[in-house]
Formats: sequence, C-alpha cells, structure tokens
Amino acid sequence: MSTEWETVIGLEVHCELQTVTKLFCGCRNAFGDEPNTNICPVCLGLPGSLPVINGQAVELAMRIGVALHCEILPSTFSRKNYFYPDQAKDYQISQYDKPINLNGWLELPDGFRVGVTRAHMEEDTGKLTHVGQGGRINSAHHALVDYNRSGVPLVEIVSEPDIRSAAHARAYASELRGILVATGASDGRMEEGSMRVDANVSVRPKGSTEFGTRCEIKNLNSLRSLVRAIEYEAARQIALIESGDRIAQETRHWDEAAGRTDSMRSKEEANDYRYFPEPDLVPLVPDEAWQERVRAAMGPMPADRRSGLVAALGGTATEAESDQVRAVVDLGLDALVSAAAAAGAPASLALARAANEVASGGDAGLALSPDTFATLIGMEAGGQLSATQSKAVLGELLTAGGGDPVALAKQMGFEALGADTLVAVVGDVVAAHPDEWARYKDGDDKLTGFFTGEVMKATKGQANGKEVAAELRKLRG
Amino acid sequence: MSTARAIAAAVRSGERSAREVTEAALADVDARDDTIHAFLTVLRDEALAEADAVDATVAAGGDPGPLAGVPIALKDNLCTRGIVTTCGSKILDGWRPPYDATVVELLRRAGGVALGKTNMDEFAMGSSTENSAFGPTRNPHDTDKVPGGSSGGSAAAVAAGFAALSLGSDTGGSIRQPAALCGVVGMKPTYGRVSRYGLVAFASSLDQIGPFARTVEDAALLYDVMAGHDPLDSTSLPVDAPSTLETLEHGVEGIRVGVCGDLIDGCAPDVRARVQQAAEALSAAGAKVEEVSVPEFAFGLSAYYLIAPAEASSNLARYDGVRYGLRIDAEDAATMNTATRTAGFGDEVKRRIMLGTYALSAGYYDAYYAQAQRVRTLVMQAFDRAYTSFDVLLGATAPSTAFGIGELVDDPMAMYMNDICTIPSNLAGHPAVSVPFGTGDDGLPIGVQVLAPALAEALLLRVARVLESAAPTGGSQ
Repeated sequence: MSTEWETVIGLEVHCELQTVTKLFCGCRNAFGDEPNTNICPVCLGLPGSLPVINGQAVELAMRIGVALHCEILPSTFSRKNYFYPDQAKDYQISQYDKPINLNGWLELPDGFRVGVTRAHMEEDTGKLTHVGQGGRINSAHHALVDYNRSGVPLVEIVSEPDIRSAAHARAYASELRGILVATGASDGRMEEGSMRVDANVSVRPKGSTEFGTRCEIKNLNSLRSLVRAIEYEAARQIALIESGDRIAQETRHWDEAAGRTDSMRSKEEANDYRYFPEPDLVPLVPDEAWQERVRAAMGPMPADRRSGLVAALGGTATEAESDQVRAVVDLGLDALVSAAAAAGAPASLALARAANEVASGGDAGLALSPDTFATLIGMEAGGQLSATQSKAVLGELLTAGGGDPVALAKQMGFEALGADTLVAVVGDVVAAHPDEWARYKDGDDKLTGFFTGEVMKATKGQANGKEVAAELRKLRG
Repeated sequence: MSTARAIAAAVRSGERSAREVTEAALADVDARDDTIHAFLTVLRDEALAEADAVDATVAAGGDPGPLAGVPIALKDNLCTRGIVTTCGSKILDGWRPPYDATVVELLRRAGGVALGKTNMDEFAMGSSTENSAFGPTRNPHDTDKVPGGSSGGSAAAVAAGFAALSLGSDTGGSIRQPAALCGVVGMKPTYGRVSRYGLVAFASSLDQIGPFARTVEDAALLYDVMAGHDPLDSTSLPVDAPSTLETLEHGVEGIRVGVCGDLIDGCAPDVRARVQQAAEALSAAGAKVEEVSVPEFAFGLSAYYLIAPAEASSNLARYDGVRYGLRIDAEDAATMNTATRTAGFGDEVKRRIMLGTYALSAGYYDAYYAQAQRVRTLVMQAFDRAYTSFDVLLGATAPSTAFGIGELVDDPMAMYMNDICTIPSNLAGHPAVSVPFGTGDDGLPIGVQVLAPALAEALLLRVARVLESAAPTGGSQ
C-alpha cells in the first residue's frame, strides 16, 4: 500500500522597497553602487547613532497592505538580536508582535485564495562576499562586507500555509511580484535580490489535518528555482518518511546547480533572537487621513487589470488569451492593449502583438507609447499592413524606442498591395505549383499556408495573408 | 574658576579673552589632574582653536552665545568628531567618531569650549568610576574617596574647578549621584528633552544627558542651551523647552513639596538629617511641605537592574571587532567576536550583558524583562498619584557620602544600592536634580534630590535654587 501525500507550502517574501533613501537614515537606497559608498553612522550602526523612520517606506508598506487586503494597524519595531558581520548593530530592527499589516489575502489568477498572515517592515543587512578558493562559505578564507544594503527598507510578506503545489507557489510568487510592482513598492527583480522568496515546505498524508514538520528553504533566486526546490524538497521528505525516518525541522539551502537542498542549520542550532521593543523608536500610528491618501493614490492591481483586458476581449478569453493576458499584465504592457482597444482595434490582435512581439522586446516595450502601438494595430486591423509588415514595423519601433508607424511603414516600402496585383500574383503562384493546387482543390486546406507563404515571398511580405486566403478560396470555386 | 555665567559675561563684553580662560583651565588641568584623573583626553589644541574662534567673533562685534568661552568637560560617551571616544572601555580603543553628538554641536554653537573628555565607568555601568578601563577618578574633596559614577570624571572636573561646566549622562543616577558625592549641582532632564543623538547608548529607554555645574544658575544655563527637539532622535520630544533661567528666582511660595520617606529612610543618619534640614528650608521659604509615601519606589531598583542590562546586552552587541575599535584576530568571525569581547569588556559590563541576555531569553522574557516593565509602569503610576497632591518631591540623592576607593568593588549589590534613590526618576522619565546641601559627619559633601514631573524642569530648578541659597556652609548639623 502506498500513502498519497500532500505538500503544504507557506512562502515568506522579502521585498526591498524602492525608496529614495534607507529605512532609518538619509543614505541613498541604490543597487549596484561602489561598495560602502552609501553609508553613514546610522546604517553602519556606529556608537551613538539613532534610527529615524522613513515616511516614504511607511507609505509603500501601507500600499502593500492595502493591495493584499490587510488591516493597517498601529505598529511598533523590535530588535532581533544575533551576531553576524553583515549586521551592523548585531541586531536587526524589525516589526515583531505588532506589524503594520495583518490578516490579508491574495487571489491567484485561477481564483485560489492564499491567506496573508502579515506584511511587516524591517531593515536589510549588509552584503557579505566570501573570498577564497570556491567563493563558498565553507571554503572562504576571508569575507568582505558591503554596507550599502544595510538599512535598506524591506517588507516581509508571510503567507499562511495554504499553498498545496509548486505550481501554486509559483503563481503566488508571480502574482505577488505583479502586485509589488503595481504598488510602486518594488521593481520585483528576483535576480537582483529586490524580491527574495523563502519557502516553508512540509508533507502530510492526504486528508490529514495536522501539519508535518517543516523545512525552510532559502536561496531561491528565480521562480524556476522555487518550483524545482519545492518539488525536490517534497520528494525528499516523502522518501525520508517512507523509509521510516523523521523530518528534522531545519533551514535548508537550495543548490541550483546540483538541484538539491542541503541542511544549513537545525532548530537546535537556531538563534534565540531575544526580541524586545526597540527603545530608540516610537510607535508608528498612521492616522486615517494618511491612510486615505495612500489608498487614493493607488492604481489598479494586476487582477483588476486582467479583468479589464478580458472585458476588452468581449468578456471571455480562450486559454491562450488568458495566458497572454497574464503575461501582458505581469510585464506591465496592458496599457498598450487597452489603448489599442479603446482606439477601436481588435483587442485580441493587440493582445497577441503585446504578448509576443512587444514582450520579447524586453524593457523596450515599457517605453513604447500606447498611442503609437494603437495606431500600428489599427493599421494592421484595417488591412494597410500585413501581419508580417506590422511585426516588422513594431520591431523597428521597439529598437528605435518609438516613432510614427505610418511614416515608418512607408519608409520600409510597406505600401498596401493593390487588389489587382494580389489577384495576379496569386494566379502566378497557383500556375507555378499545379500538384499542390490539385490537392488544395481536393480539399486539403493545409495548403493554404503553403500558397500564402509563396505569395509572401513573391511580394516580399506585402500581401495580406487573409486576403490571399480569400482569393485562393475564390479561385477554388 | 568663576561661574560659567561670569566667564561668558566677561568674554562677551571683551573684558576677558576666551583664550586666556582656556589657557588657565588647561594649565590647571596640567597641574592637578594627575592626582584626580578627571580627564581621559585633554583637548589642548582644539580647545584653544575654539577659544580663538570665540574671541574672533567678539572682536568682530558678534555674539558667540550664552556659553562664550566657557570651558566645558564632556563625558567620554559623547561622540566628538575626530576625537577618541572611549566610553571608558578598551573595546573602543582608538575609535574616533566621524560626527559630533547633537549636544556637542549645541555647546559649540553657544560659544562653549570643549576642554576634554572625562573618565567614566565603562559604558556608564557603575557608581564609582572605578569600572573605567583607564583607572579610577578621585574625589577632589578627598582623593582616597570615589567621585561617584558613572559620570565621575565630569563631576570631579567641575568640583576640582577644571571646568565651569560639564556634561554627563544619567541612566540610573549617573549624574545626580556623583554630583552629590562631589558637592556640585547635577541634573537629569526629562527623558526626550535633550537629544541622545551621539550619546553612546547604555540603556536607551533610560539614558539622558544632563549638566553638572557649581551653581544652579550655571546648570540652568547649560540645560537651556541643550534642551529642545532634535529630528535625529526619534524619542526627542517635539515640544518647545521653556527657559529655566528666566524663572529661576521665582521662589517656592505656595509650592507643594512632598518629602518622600522612601527616598530617605534607607540612608545614613547624616544624609537623612540634611534632607530634613532641606525640607525645613523650603518650608521657611514659603513652600507647603508635607510627608509622602511612595512604597512602589522600593521595587524600582530590581526593575532597573533587569531593564537596563537587557537594553545594554543589545546595545553593546555591535562591539564585535568587525568595523571599529578593538579586534582580536582569530580563524573565523565567531571566534574573533568572542575573543574581542572577552578582551575588550571589563567584568561589570560582562556581568550586565549576561544578566540582560538572560532576562530577554526565550522562556525567561515574561518572568524578567516583561515583569520589570510592568513594575516600571507601576512606578510611573505611583509618581502620577503623588503628583496629584504635590508639585515636587524631595529626597536624598545617595545613601551616604563618598565611599573609599576599592571599598565596594567586590560587592556589586552594595554598589547597585547607591542608585536606589535616583532610579525611580529614570524609570518614569522624569527630571530630577541633586543640589549640594552641607556636608556629612566625615566633612564630605551631601546632596539632596528634588524630583519633578515630566517637563517641569523650570520648577525643578527654581526649587533647587532656593535650596542652594539655603544650604549650610559649615560642617555637619
């Protein structure tokens, strides 16, 4: 007999806030600067220095709370005490028993709701670089510390253990990332560490209501790592239990190259953080007026923006379109689609161009003006440009960072093909391929693509594919 | 040395130069501080440069400020830019802060001349200045006796006449107790009245900077310069600090004085007699004097010796050998931390770090730290109750006159008892002052303590001024 297992996952996401300055001092909050240039007595924890809370950080934390449907509460800071060289004061100022945001939820695109326990503020640590043979902690002979990151504001978003699959964990992290970007709180860049995900993973027999012993997995630097690590860890735990072993509660490190998790420290070795109220700060009590201003200044969240696109599609979306809607909103390209739809172009065409051609253009897509995009899609929809031509013009627009699609099309020689020319070319192509034409006439519709391709070659892409197909059908009779 | 008021008046009018005053002070320190050891660092060149700047302002027809040319000694836990700041500890060996404490800046702006950095119990932990890593300070009235502590160097510097004014810090009595033992005025302002920015923290929720002076008027002068809101200290009170000098001579007619047996009864007979005499003097000056009992004060000491070490255990974590100060090299960071802290801290500091760490540990937090905070609340409520019937309270400052050097070093509990009368004001965050009031049977100074509610510094110093003018000048009784 074999037990069916269920994976139970809770995620802790650390998000670096995109503030101008750090959480408790006036130093620049910037990634990638020369080490130890954005530092002062406060973020270096020099004797006698004192923290002063950054209002912009509080505001971004409140926005996250609003977006995650949390209660926004009067909060306090505590000290989390532990020795580590990247920790300038050897304690971290963090919200502990009275966080700013409590009891929220996040709805995944498929409608599944994940509880959000809390979203609290804390300061980031400095960054250690181990120098030695392997660059790994255990083979290093010394370490360098960069305190530029010390005191950078973070919000830690802790989910309830509601997630049951790696796919849902991915969807949660991805949706949360979209929300963090939409609130303006973060750039959501996992690779730069501005969003860091830790996963608490346990397994239990399906149907059980008790939780198994959990392990916390760290060093998940991409959504792909998150999925792989959870799948690996669940399998590891199931194998251990099935062979009669017990799971030790511990922190584990995801090794992306080896594709496995390794033990970092066990519960017994875990620090007693000796939390106590931070005496250098006073309670944070954002008044109603401030909260209202924060709410009022917030734009729509990804879920609302997805609904908006689906509405533009006519209220329903195919599975492929749903994927495109998600991708476009995740990438912040939905304004392009909305603009095109508002200008009267078919939303599905705009969506396809945004999700494929614009999305593959990387950051250039974000620089594209919605009006320009709308004009282009209008030209394609109106038959002035073929799909191929439209894509070529779009490619130019992305490379050049904008431009006038009408002028550009002209410049590229993309004059719409006259109807007579089209008929003539189609006739020539048919005459040149009698065997294929015979099969097409017998009903082999797949050959439409072949003939269209030949016509495109002959017209250097100037023909409109739809018009070619119509002409072929007409010739077939 | 003359009073600060007299020096400032003479310098401002051009009658004396600041350089002349400073040179005289430096010569006096050179001649006599070998015996007393009030100073850890004498700021010879810096003081003369500051004095010259004051003189230049006067020569140019400007006003250097109310402390023009007044030599001021600074406790060595106040950060001074580019000048070694030790906190009486080996662990800060050679550390030069890159910034000035807010109070240091305020003194300079008022024309004060920083004469030097004074000796103290290591990290302000002690009541005799014998816990300094650089040897004890001696009481100028009897060099076989301690000056009290932890601000013993600052008290002795004023008592010896090296400086007209000095600054100390008071966490559990560290200004008032040495003031009493050295026969000078020492005041602890309301918590939050004077910025702590740049004061190396001992116990953040209790620490407060305050003045030493030979007269109440000079103490008021210095306090007025320092008091007020500082945006760099989140616990600094955002309210104006009214001048105490202006109302200093308003007397005590109709003021309700509670003579607090709980701050008197445990003291030596000669101390008790002086407090009684002080009560009579206030009565004679028109105050309504009655006895009051505040039994909750008895719990203050126990609460204090949990809260202060708990905060200290966290505040002193940063001395880890990584960024500044002493480092004892070892094969890895954790071993280096331990070796550095073992070598760098003295016994009393280690004792309190261990005590505080224990009080905050998982499983003990509620029984110790949280319980102590509840007692603290109780003490505050007791004060509030007393202040419904009284405007100020009167008690002893220290249980006895100065004790002998070495007398209590092996008996930490007896040493801690020195703070029994001063601690309640720290727990409540209230202002209090010690005023010299005659001598004891041994001919050494005795101080009486006036306590007032939060922000009542002006009233506090008015009462102190009356006591000063009524103080007996001769021997005992």
